[in-house]
Amino acid sequence: MEEVKFINQSTWKQKLNTYKMHPGSFLMLLLVGLSAIATMGLLLFLIAYILMKGVPHLTADLFAWEYTSEDVSMLPAIINTFFMTAISLLIAVPCGIGAAIYLAEYAKRGNTFVKVIRLMAETLSGIPSIVYGLFGMLCFVTTLGWNYSLLAGACTLSIMILPLILRTTEEALLSVPDSYREASFGLGAGKFRTILKIVLPSAVPGILAGVILAIGRIVGETAALLYTSGTVAEVADSLFASAETLALHMWVLSGESLYTNQAYATAVVLLVVVVLINGLSGMVAKKIAKQ
Amino acid sequence: MKQAELGAKNQPMEKAVEIFFLLLACVSIVAVVVICVFLFANGLPAVTEIGVADFLFGKQWRPGENKFGIFPMIVGSVYATVGAILIGVPIGVLTAVFMAKICPKKLYKFLKPAVELLAGIPSIVYGFFALVVIVPIIRNTFPGNGLSLLSACILLGIMILPTIIGVAESAIRAVPESYYEGALALGATRERSLFKVVLPAAKSGVSAGVVLGIGRAIGETMAVNMVAGNNKVIPESIFKGVRTLTTNIVMEMGYATDLHREALIANGVVLFLFILLINSIFFILKKPEGGRKKNGRKAVDA
Repeated sequence: MEEVKFINQSTWKQKLNTYKMHPGSFLMLLLVGLSAIATMGLLLFLIAYILMKGVPHLTADLFAWEYTSEDVSMLPAIINTFFMTAISLLIAVPCGIGAAIYLAEYAKRGNTFVKVIRLMAETLSGIPSIVYGLFGMLCFVTTLGWNYSLLAGACTLSIMILPLILRTTEEALLSVPDSYREASFGLGAGKFRTILKIVLPSAVPGILAGVILAIGRIVGETAALLYTSGTVAEVADSLFASAETLALHMWVLSGESLYTNQAYATAVVLLVVVVLINGLSGMVAKKIAKQ
Repeated sequence: MKQAELGAKNQPMEKAVEIFFLLLACVSIVAVVVICVFLFANGLPAVTEIGVADFLFGKQWRPGENKFGIFPMIVGSVYATVGAILIGVPIGVLTAVFMAKICPKKLYKFLKPAVELLAGIPSIVYGFFALVVIVPIIRNTFPGNGLSLLSACILLGIMILPTIIGVAESAIRAVPESYYEGALALGATRERSLFKVVLPAAKSGVSAGVVLGIGRAIGETMAVNMVAGNNKVIPESIFKGVRTLTTNIVMEMGYATDLHREALIANGVVLFLFILLINSIFFILKKPEGGRKKNGRKAVDA
């Protein structure tokens, strides 16, 4: 019985012979393996390096309630980052998912209007964050008179992450098999009901993946925020107060040679936040996929 | 009878829902239009005042002397992006092939979150990492102080990896398994099947990933600012400092006024036009394949 099981699997010796006859294939395999190792090695080295240099400088002072030039506390920046992320997602996620539903479920394939929307979304996703920063500065900060503020920053960021959410959601929706929809229609459900109860739940892991990427971009964004949310290192007490996020805080610190150690420590916190977000969302996605 | 009535009752609701989603879909269009209007309205007056040729091809950027030529920055951006693509695309696509088709499931469980983590690491952390690791290595190995075009290229090559891997991997996975098996059945080795059959079939998705990568490389600001040296001249070698279109804005916007400020916004407009150009090239490249898809099986389309 055992032998029957493995009858269509080549042995190591056979594989070796194949590669001897096709050195080109072996070379490609080698390159592929090396690339994967390089990617992983890079990630591990980066994390290990930042942790080694940064953890010793994580002092209680760095998490003091108030920011002063002596303690260089990052707690206000952490709180600001949280608000910034929440507000940006609140604006962008419903917009992005709604638009993706239209593109994937309602629009006819090859429709000119759909092509225009897709073109615009692609355009948006290509726009550099510094250009979003410029636009945010011109539109929200100057023209609407919000000054450097939490709201100006969040609005800028929400436009920035919109195409990301739209794209990933659309891909997730398209990957739901048509048989699901047909079965739902066959049972008498309407289009909206089918989307809400059948298509969307099946696409949740894909959508979440997009939202994860979006959160990552918000937490790590500096260029789009420098001239929209400003760099006041205090907790924003209103939507119209300047709010320095953690990444911006690190940017300010790394610009001053006095605070290199604190910059390392901030990098550790940023890394930990990113790892936590990724881990949590990964777990959620897995759970939903199982159901 | 009851079913039909319910269906009829739901008709206006269904229509309203569709229009609601349609409006949300229009947000992207509105956003692009508004961004264009704001940038062009604020940037173009400066260009006419400076002169189009002097602005685009002027080799000197000296705000104090009212000289606003962004040619060195344009060249800097192009160099840095090309370097990043040369480093990032081969490694990224090959890693994607490994993850989609070669690596065992157990390893994949570790690899996939790792790549997602790479994508999640903030650019400022990459920049800082490059500043404290890559720049010293280059300073000690090559001439110059390490703050150079080469540092920027390596840094950007690393930063676009997760973008390219993520998109390319899902594109490769979307290729029907029958293509791969068909090639194997014809006697091709695993690698030959992957690179001659599966990868070409995934071309549209892979190039979408590359374009996203190019966008990220051109648009990257803060990290590049930290390692590129920011010299306002066209670099003579890859070991010389370079200033890109993005870093020019971020370095001077904080204190710029009047014409200087408008020139920086115009600089942003040029960056924007660059992106539009790349996007158009991408769409032209992508079209023939879209045509072929229509004649092909529907499963491929989805």
